[in-house]
Amino acid sequence: MNYEAVIGLEVHVQVKTASKIFTRVAQGYGQPENTLTDPVVLALPGALPVMNKAALDAIIKAGLMLHCDIAEVCKWDRKNYFYPDSPKNYQISQYDQPICLGGYVEIELPGPSRNVMGEHKQIPLTRIHLEEDVGKLTHFANDSLVDYNRAGTPLMEVVSEPAIATADEAYAYLTALRTMMIYAGISDCDMEKGQLRCDANISIRPVGAASLGTKVELKNLNSISYVRDGIAHEIKRQLALVKSGGVIVQETRDYDGIAGTSQSLRSKEEAHDYRYFPDPDLMPVRVDEAWKTRLAAECPERPFDKQRRFMTEYAVPYTITSVLVPDRALSDYFEASVAAAGPAKAQAVANWIINDLLRELGAAGQELGDTKVTPAHLAELVGLIEAGTLNSNIAREVFAETFTSGEAPAAVVERKGLKADTSTDELEQWCRDAIAGDAKAREQFLGGKESAINAFKGPVMRASSGQANPKLVDETLRRLLAEN
Amino acid sequence: MSTALYANTLAELAEQLATGKVSAVELTQAVIDRASTVEDRVKAFNSTQPEDALAQAAASDARRSAGEARGPLDGIPIALKDVIAVKDQPLTASSRMLQNFVSPYDATVTEKLKAAGAVLWGRANCDEFAMGSSTENSSFGATANPYDLTRVPGGSSGGSAAALAAGEAVATLGSDTGGSIRQPAAFCNVVGLKPTYGLVSRYGLAAFASSLDQIGPFARTVEDAAMVLQVIAGHDRRDSTSFRTSIPDYRAALADKKGPWKLGIPKEYFGAGLDPEVAAAIEQAITFYREQGCEIREVSLPHTEHCLSVYYIIATAEASSNLARYDGIRYTHRSAEAKDVVDLYFKSRAEGFGPEVKRRVILGTYVLSSGYYDAYYLRAQKVRTLIRQDFLKAYEEFDAILTPTSPTPAFKFGEKASNPMAMYLSDIYTIGVNLAGLPGISVPAGFTSAGLPVGLQLIGQPYAEADLLAIAHAYDSAHDWRTRQPDL
Repeated sequence: MNYEAVIGLEVHVQVKTASKIFTRVAQGYGQPENTLTDPVVLALPGALPVMNKAALDAIIKAGLMLHCDIAEVCKWDRKNYFYPDSPKNYQISQYDQPICLGGYVEIELPGPSRNVMGEHKQIPLTRIHLEEDVGKLTHFANDSLVDYNRAGTPLMEVVSEPAIATADEAYAYLTALRTMMIYAGISDCDMEKGQLRCDANISIRPVGAASLGTKVELKNLNSISYVRDGIAHEIKRQLALVKSGGVIVQETRDYDGIAGTSQSLRSKEEAHDYRYFPDPDLMPVRVDEAWKTRLAAECPERPFDKQRRFMTEYAVPYTITSVLVPDRALSDYFEASVAAAGPAKAQAVANWIINDLLRELGAAGQELGDTKVTPAHLAELVGLIEAGTLNSNIAREVFAETFTSGEAPAAVVERKGLKADTSTDELEQWCRDAIAGDAKAREQFLGGKESAINAFKGPVMRASSGQANPKLVDETLRRLLAEN
Repeated sequence: MSTALYANTLAELAEQLATGKVSAVELTQAVIDRASTVEDRVKAFNSTQPEDALAQAAASDARRSAGEARGPLDGIPIALKDVIAVKDQPLTASSRMLQNFVSPYDATVTEKLKAAGAVLWGRANCDEFAMGSSTENSSFGATANPYDLTRVPGGSSGGSAAALAAGEAVATLGSDTGGSIRQPAAFCNVVGLKPTYGLVSRYGLAAFASSLDQIGPFARTVEDAAMVLQVIAGHDRRDSTSFRTSIPDYRAALADKKGPWKLGIPKEYFGAGLDPEVAAAIEQAITFYREQGCEIREVSLPHTEHCLSVYYIIATAEASSNLARYDGIRYTHRSAEAKDVVDLYFKSRAEGFGPEVKRRVILGTYVLSSGYYDAYYLRAQKVRTLIRQDFLKAYEEFDAILTPTSPTPAFKFGEKASNPMAMYLSDIYTIGVNLAGLPGISVPAGFTSAGLPVGLQLIGQPYAEADLLAIAHAYDSAHDWRTRQPDL
């Protein structure tokens, strides 16, 4: 019998607001322990929560980006359980009236090569709700310490339908979700800082079966790769178990990404009764059309929509868009450069960004935001090349100057006298000499061997000390060869 | 015989302070001296801070002599129930759980009283976490009723009521979840006001039942209560359930708003269990209002019989969750015996909480449990809506509703302590007001033949405290029950 896997993901995303979800204390990572606290965070007697509207704005935006229905009214519930990282011993969450319902995440599966766009799918969502994060426990030999800095950080829980079929799809889902959240400024989604955390519910069933198999919850998936590897491992484990006549038990398993193994944390029998009830300290939230409209206007274009647009509007190939688009700042930089250079030069602009700018940034250990090369500079540089003023070698030199000093390319050219030699008389003479110097190549070219033209280019470039514009050299050679 | 300084009304003392007839230090010293004379018998306070109080009083006098007095409460000694946070002072909720807790912050009402110049002194005893009707559930011993030291002062705000009745403060604050201000006010011959839910911020009030709790004043007269309410009422952005409404001049309303009023007498509040002497006192109050030209008619609040059960589901459910934070981990009592974290929870809570708190936490946990939620909590919320509708329907015809505050006068220590149900029935007339979120006030309405105070309850429309106070003031200002001081 053949089996298929059914995977649902629960993804927690920390929302990047200035202050915590129910109080005005700042949120943040890496601060001294228990400094981001106040009576509300520490759950002192008498402290009361007050909703941070910025966190609501963020989740509504997330819902709009992910095609969700935004509930007209949502409410807050208490999820009751005792654990030392939870100061109130209940978590304020949303139980039966979450703010976002339905929706989907568009994903791209790996293509046959990285130069070919893969298949796109829509993974449906069940809901997205908002809740508060808990503190962090550190265990020692004889005791444990708790840091409440993280407690009360706004946290979105994005719950997918059990509609993911493979580990690769799960990987693509998380990548797409992460890109979207970063795009909209909702979260930085740094998994090392716990800003994005993922649990996976995994089951297998005979191919085509209508009902779902017994699910296993996989926790501690600390990177997107671990999510993929952990899921692949769990599917294999379940298949092996079933094929050897074993029975899958409903349980929560802990995945060890380094060892590539998992072990049982707890079984279903130990499941909590969270005694959810509406939090009497908080009022329900009503979301009106004006609020939604305002936030919709703040939402950026979705990355896949932008990628499709780049490919049609600027005719840049998939490979290039797949580098430009996932980074919103980079894609914005690209569009600004194209706007300055003109759409016809989009491909050249993209090449300069990907081949030169990113390389120089990497070498200098800089971010895009640090660079002195403005989109206008890039447009100017591409313009100089297109005009034949610069050949690509000199252009790289000019770019390096601009990158270091921020001086405009035209000014660099002017100051250093780096202009490509455009004296057609001189160039024409070098070309004539080159053709005369290689009769065999001339014969081959005229006989239809196109590549034979390259044999003349070396001598011309040598004669010009590398200053000649290759495009112009090519044109001149063809003209002269055609004259003969 | 002239009234002792500590026994004057707030209004009189504010006048004396304003005219320089008395200083805040003199007044505060008189209250401290009175407390040192009677406190060993009344036991109204969990803690007092005489030096701090005198320093506040001196600061008040300095302000006044500089022409910077902050209003009628400036220099007035006011005690707070020990469930309201005062920065750098103990906040015990009368529980062993918080025996060593000192609050690092002020409740909103505390901030407001400080801003008004009040001299805050004394943390008034109460039932543990405000759960009870006699103050016998305090972990630190019961408070006695100043009018009969063998009897309870009522509860849960028994210390606040007794301190005021005994002259150990000029006004006090309590909290009222099911009658915890009004019932002790009735037992101790003082005025007690539970404002509309949302009028006074709950920020800094150790929560018992969040959807029912409300802070309110105890005072010697309705006018005094109006003066304290004026300071503590108003929207607070730190409490999401606080209501945005403009605050009228409550004291001015006492004179401005004139009857005759239409008063409803709910027949369900005059049935079995009502002490005949209490009934007689209430009848006299009804007669008074009738003689003032008020239209008095019977009204029905048909869902009254469900109040107690609805209350004990909703209040305990919320309490079970609210009290989860007292866990032995951070600032509470921590068991020295615990072996691991689960053991720490069990032992710390077993040692830190008293029996009534445990009873309610267990009940509340049960009614919220999976499979029981719909049958108990959800249904109780629906009935709660019906109870509120009963009142709102009555207000289509009436300005206020008049009832006894409590079915009996103060009872003896231990009389109901072993029978929770009998104790719960003590709040039968006050609970509906909390469930409906309405304002209610208890006003002294005479004494039984045994010399025990009786309270008259008036229930007003939502956020209509100005009208409610005016109606209560009409009776209060025409009677002098308050001048019958306890014999201490």
